[in-house]
Amino acid sequence: MKQISVDDIRKDFPVLNQTINGRKLIYLDNAATTQKPNTVIKSIENYYKSFNGNPHRGAHYLSLKSTEIYETGRKKVANFINASSTREVIFTRNATESLNLLAYSYGMNFIEEGDEIVISIMEHHSNLIPWQQVAKSKKAVLKYLYTNEEGIITEEEIKKKITDKTKLVSIAHVSNALGTINPIKFIIDYAHSRDAKVILDAAQSLPHMKVNVKNLDVDFLVFSGHKMLAPLGIGVLYGKENLLEKIPPFLYGGDMIEYVYEDSTTFAELPHKLEAGTQNVAGVLGLTKAIDYLNEIGMDNIEEMESELTSYALEKLDSLSEIELYGFKGISNRGSVISFNVKDVHPHDTASILDAYGVAIRAGHHCAQPLMRYLGINATCRASFYFYNTKEEIDLFIESLKNVRKWLGYES
Amino acid sequence: MNLDSIYTEIITEYSQSKHNERTIDSPTKSLKGHNPSCGDEINLEIKIKDNIIEDAAFTGVGCAISRASTSIMIDLIKGKRIKDALNLVDTFIGMIKREITNDEDLEILEDAMALKNISNLPARVKCAVLAWHTLKQALE
Repeated sequence: MKQISVDDIRKDFPVLNQTINGRKLIYLDNAATTQKPNTVIKSIENYYKSFNGNPHRGAHYLSLKSTEIYETGRKKVANFINASSTREVIFTRNATESLNLLAYSYGMNFIEEGDEIVISIMEHHSNLIPWQQVAKSKKAVLKYLYTNEEGIITEEEIKKKITDKTKLVSIAHVSNALGTINPIKFIIDYAHSRDAKVILDAAQSLPHMKVNVKNLDVDFLVFSGHKMLAPLGIGVLYGKENLLEKIPPFLYGGDMIEYVYEDSTTFAELPHKLEAGTQNVAGVLGLTKAIDYLNEIGMDNIEEMESELTSYALEKLDSLSEIELYGFKGISNRGSVISFNVKDVHPHDTASILDAYGVAIRAGHHCAQPLMRYLGINATCRASFYFYNTKEEIDLFIESLKNVRKWLGYES
Repeated sequence: MNLDSIYTEIITEYSQSKHNERTIDSPTKSLKGHNPSCGDEINLEIKIKDNIIEDAAFTGVGCAISRASTSIMIDLIKGKRIKDALNLVDTFIGMIKREITNDEDLEILEDAMALKNISNLPARVKCAVLAWHTLKQALE
């Protein structure tokens, strides 16, 4: 691993260098959204100062410049995930919109009565509700992959649930609620052996590890820019070209057409067919700069740095008797997410108390109510790390955590 | 933010006290209150006789603030006429929204005044008002 100074990295992130409630901010809510480096922030300012125009539309300098920035971003994303061509990269607002696009354009048109859709119990609501609605409307069957007592989806479970009737499997690469890394290569290969297509929700994996769509042979993949240093409001849908060719447009409007007549329309080629209306060029530029930043550090290094942080935090949390940990206990198959509770304390109280110490974590059901119900809990606290976090921050987080019960009137 | 002004002794004591956490035999009203964003879920039961709240209790899960608020409310409304209970609800919500700030107007809330500072913690306001909104719905 090349020598990387986290102190230097942190200088690039203005948000991290401030005090909250009179204390140094410790930002451990990276699974919700990540902070942005100066290169991303400045690129957006620069875009609106110098290049703002409507892409794909005009013959003038600014419109051409915006088009160039937008399409350069598409190339950058295609390279980052190792897509075969830029025709396979569709820009959306976020992973949620990408999944809804697939549910409406793919699900509603290719799922038929009696077909089976398989998802997992740990899906985020955004990868659950769209399929629930498709199943309802098409009279298809929605099936869940459940975790075993170790918090893992076993090969046995996969073979049991994915059958010849399965048309589609949609699954999170890494669980946003528990941090579990799912056995996606096995799922993809097994689903393909049953002629089912696979959608990978990479919102919690792509920011933290190398994801290669060609090696995975995944059919569709979705992610959000804001969870990987890019601004809010830019997301991606990747799809194999032959599949994207088949699906009808999701939104109709400008820029996605060839010829429009009074009673009929022919649509543009990929990728434009699936991108209606004026697009978020500044968001794409921000995403481009974010990918440059991640590449500069190296995804392998990022994975290693975060794995070290996560195991350090896990060890510390595990040594506190008042902490209960949820989900998979080990470090080997885990992203940089830890779900826990403080004994006798509701997660919202824990989060409010930690906030007073400057520590930002998430509390709640993490948009995964069926998972919480399955685990027999109401809500959890979630600490999630990014490569810019430090062991010192984790120490302060642990020290603050030790005060929580005291604030609620417990003796220790 | 000053945690002392939020997690006061009244709040921590009420949040741990279980004296109102039970079910009622054949309640007049039973209503669920739910904060979908955080997962607080209470079931409020009340028994009404001759327009008077004879008994009230709750079950469910919630944070210290929602539990304390629920229990304080139950202590306060028991034995009150429906009309007066509704007035207490409006006063409480008015206090949290900072529409009623005069301490004299708030005195009728008794221990519930301890929740006044929750208005400094916007993320937790919904925890404090959950039971009160639920009661209002049940009574109306």
